[in-house]
Amino acid sequence: MPVKGRVIRVAGPVVEASGMAQAVMHEMVEVGNDRLIGEIIRLDGEQATIQVYQNTSGLKLDEPVLGTGSPLSVELAPGIVGNVFDGIQRPLEELKILTGAFIKHAAGVTSLSRTKKWTFVPTAKVGAKLVGGDILGTVQETALFEHRVLVPVNVQGKLLKIVPKGDYTIIETIATLEVNGAKVDLPMLQRWPVREPRPHTKRLFATSPLITGQRVIDTFFPVAKGGSASIPGPFGSGKTVTQQQLAKWSDANIIIYVGCGERGNEMVDVLDSFPQLMDPTTGHPLMERTVLVANTSNMPVSAREASIYTGITLAEYFRDMGYAVALMADSTSRWAEALREVSGRLEEMPAEEGFPSYLPSRLAEFYERTGVVETLGSDKRIGSICAIGAVSPPGGDFSEPVTQHTKRFTRVFWALDAELAAARHYPSINWMASYSGYIQDLAEWWHKNVDKNWNSYREEAMRILQTEDDLKNIVKLVGPEALPDKQRLVLETARIIRIAFLQQNALDAIDTYSSPQKQFKMLKIIVDYHRLADNVVSKGAPIFKVTELPITEEIMRMKTAIPNDKVDLLDDLEKRMYESFGMLEATLR
Amino acid sequence: MATKTGSGLEYKGVASISGPIIVVENVQGVGYDELVSVKTQHGETRLGKVIQVTQKAVIVQVFEGTTGLSPSDTRTRFLGHSLEVPVSTEMLGRVMNSFGEPIDGHPRFFTEEKRDVNGYPLNPVAREYPKEFIQTGISAIDGLCSLVRGQKLPVFSGPGLAHNELAAQIVRQAQIRGGGEDFNIVFIAMGLEHDDAAFFQKSFEETGAIKNVAMFLNLADDPPVERIITPRTGLTLAEFLAFDQDRHVLVVMTDMTNYCEALREVSASMEEVPSRKGYPGYMYSDLASLYERAGRIHGKKGSITQMPILTMPNDDITHPIPDLTGYITEGQIVLSRSLEKQSIYPPIYISTSLSRLMKDGIGKDSTREDHANVASQLYSAYAQYNSVKSLVTIIGEEGLGQRDKEYLRFGEAFEKTLINQGKNENRTIEQTLSIAWDALSLLPDEELTSIKPEYIKKYYPKFASEVK
Repeated sequence: MPVKGRVIRVAGPVVEASGMAQAVMHEMVEVGNDRLIGEIIRLDGEQATIQVYQNTSGLKLDEPVLGTGSPLSVELAPGIVGNVFDGIQRPLEELKILTGAFIKHAAGVTSLSRTKKWTFVPTAKVGAKLVGGDILGTVQETALFEHRVLVPVNVQGKLLKIVPKGDYTIIETIATLEVNGAKVDLPMLQRWPVREPRPHTKRLFATSPLITGQRVIDTFFPVAKGGSASIPGPFGSGKTVTQQQLAKWSDANIIIYVGCGERGNEMVDVLDSFPQLMDPTTGHPLMERTVLVANTSNMPVSAREASIYTGITLAEYFRDMGYAVALMADSTSRWAEALREVSGRLEEMPAEEGFPSYLPSRLAEFYERTGVVETLGSDKRIGSICAIGAVSPPGGDFSEPVTQHTKRFTRVFWALDAELAAARHYPSINWMASYSGYIQDLAEWWHKNVDKNWNSYREEAMRILQTEDDLKNIVKLVGPEALPDKQRLVLETARIIRIAFLQQNALDAIDTYSSPQKQFKMLKIIVDYHRLADNVVSKGAPIFKVTELPITEEIMRMKTAIPNDKVDLLDDLEKRMYESFGMLEATLR
Repeated sequence: MATKTGSGLEYKGVASISGPIIVVENVQGVGYDELVSVKTQHGETRLGKVIQVTQKAVIVQVFEGTTGLSPSDTRTRFLGHSLEVPVSTEMLGRVMNSFGEPIDGHPRFFTEEKRDVNGYPLNPVAREYPKEFIQTGISAIDGLCSLVRGQKLPVFSGPGLAHNELAAQIVRQAQIRGGGEDFNIVFIAMGLEHDDAAFFQKSFEETGAIKNVAMFLNLADDPPVERIITPRTGLTLAEFLAFDQDRHVLVVMTDMTNYCEALREVSASMEEVPSRKGYPGYMYSDLASLYERAGRIHGKKGSITQMPILTMPNDDITHPIPDLTGYITEGQIVLSRSLEKQSIYPPIYISTSLSRLMKDGIGKDSTREDHANVASQLYSAYAQYNSVKSLVTIIGEEGLGQRDKEYLRFGEAFEKTLINQGKNENRTIEQTLSIAWDALSLLPDEELTSIKPEYIKKYYPKFASEVK
């Protein structure tokens, strides 16, 4: 019997209720006559402190508080992909129909449609012994995504009955199992509490890269499928554009984009552009593999706190089907601030900068839900979640708590730089401050699938950039003209790497995505250019003879001139480059 | 103690008064966020709102301040609804206080519809992506951080910089290319000095724009707590004009710094745990609840474009006020003291300025095909100019290479001809782009790597004249 208490205090999103002796921690409750959704975050005797996910304006003392008997959960079934939810999985399209353009209170909205029918194709055989995680059947949810309907985690038994192929709603029974002598009817719909990680069989090492088509990421600071990365940067440094580029071009099966306390117009940008952007491999709209969780900055702050968990729980559900999932959270700082705000209202003792002392453990819990796993189920599927969290440090100061703690729990760090952004060098990932802990793990994939010299070329390019960084200090004092030609060549090559390789125009139809092959060939051309130029300069050619070569400008423009499906044009370019230098060298003799 | 009067119970006496906060005990049936009428012993009525309800007491924040209130004689009445303010097209051409009541000596409004001052959050899926270019006639904005209808683009200024002139010029000149209806202006002053308010009023009157302007004034000597209401009242009118009356509304809010100071004052008096520099931890959410009221809605003709103005304390862009603002708004226009010192007006420092919505508002169909490329080239060339300039201070101009000298000349021309313009000079986007190409022509064409070769052929002065 769920509890029934009454409101004794209201302070913004934090409500206290008495008569809650039977309630359990993190139980979802309905607060007040409007039945606002809330979650119990503290229990003290028969008093409960509740974080309410909707606006509490007008809530009065003595209004009822009803327990639901279960923790805050998400609904899992076909209907998630391509949808837009708020932080507690309320469907925003449905809300728009019910309350108009502005979000007002609407009771009785379910996360997923109860009436929509999906074509279910059974794959499990009657009589089979099934365990949690086994596939009962599939639903082609969108052209890009096959939804695998799984036996719920804690259920196992003999399959007594399964429906034939046909159209079913998510609440109709599709299979019946005999569990310990009792019959259990299973619909497609399942629920899972958002704060509890979904179980798996075992963790595996991450060995394949998440190909994002962004050169500075894939080549210099790669992230693995199942890895974790953070993008900190001051405002205007391009966090959101970078996140959106990753959401567009990553080669994951499912993208979950959590807009956590960010701008409304940015979500619209995603909503408008994704249905029109085509997946490079299948030619279907990207929206067909995307889930949006949108809790913009003007929506209730406590639901912002929940949105990250809603996102990662959905990600785990898809991982358990055996898919590679990529989750973008923009921005985890807003989530941390929501924690701080609620903590402040609870009058907890603040730690650094007013953040609660449990901030690092919450961040760790979140990033620990990523990884490559062998899923439950007898067919030993492999699934993965890669989480990419944007961080918005106040004043762009990376020493603040959210950036620092995030750094501890993620293996890739893409440091965005205001100075690069001011020069419109995008993506403004600072190559000196960023790092990736996956290079050794992923080198094998590149060597096998692209070229065996991948790592030696990228190391050489990094060395050039590193030398440039050292030389820059001297240039600041004496000017570049005073340097010997060999060092000036390093500056020239570094400039080519920066402009022709690291900079990538998200708005250019060709440049927005670079295939791994194109990335490697471009890198090779630039590094070979440096070797050839270094050779002629050693033999006495003045540096301007090199920079004057028409091939130099051609290299500068190759990223936008040569499309991904014509990378052999880069081989031609490379050949012409060798010829140009050959001719230059001949004039020296 | 309670006596029944009018629409609700009236309570006599309050338990405590501290800053703008009063505590009323033994009250029943009060809702969170409810509006409260507070009567002083002299019969003056003030407004407040409920910010916390407990079994023992109700905590009320009084908007007009608590000066002159006495614990024994103050009477409070709970009105059963949250703060509502009037909205009407009659408010255009008028001057109102923070609660939307006229203070210009003219009669009250004829039709008075009342709306909740907090509005409701706009559903992201109901939003329409803003992409209609607004020509402000100011090259630095139109060319390099273009404003579009439905955007929120703040001006980050410093004390004493020309932000008021700039805002007034934008209000005078802003138009959609190819004509179309004028903007309705909602002007929101928070803690503004009398002189500055008079400057704006005069500027609106001179151009005849005043009939399209609704001014909400909370001046420097008005109660700070009221400042928290002023922008909400103005934005409630803006939403009415845009989404009920199909108007295009430009909202100018100045000075957001005063607003944030008021927020800090209230937070401190409630003994809340402070975050950076004593500002409340919820300042981001609070600012978002204002800024996010800009936008467009699917299926509605109107729009709300916001131009908040803030003065950065100590010209520090990392201060919490500009910092949190920049994280919410769609870009920023940053004014620079060093440009101002060189008599450049408007002193817009483009390197840190940005318009996030520019990419979809410009181009072939709205401005010109080469606009995006030119802007991106100007940004990177100007960055190069700035690094050359710092080199010059050390090694002198003679020590520079040929290319760096060209960048130096480009940068100087860029600041003097493109950024700099008259306070009444209204440039078309074509004029702006042509000035931009003149400045870029000081660089050799192979330096222009951000621009497509076909545009270089068409617009680079040397080649363009050949074509002709």
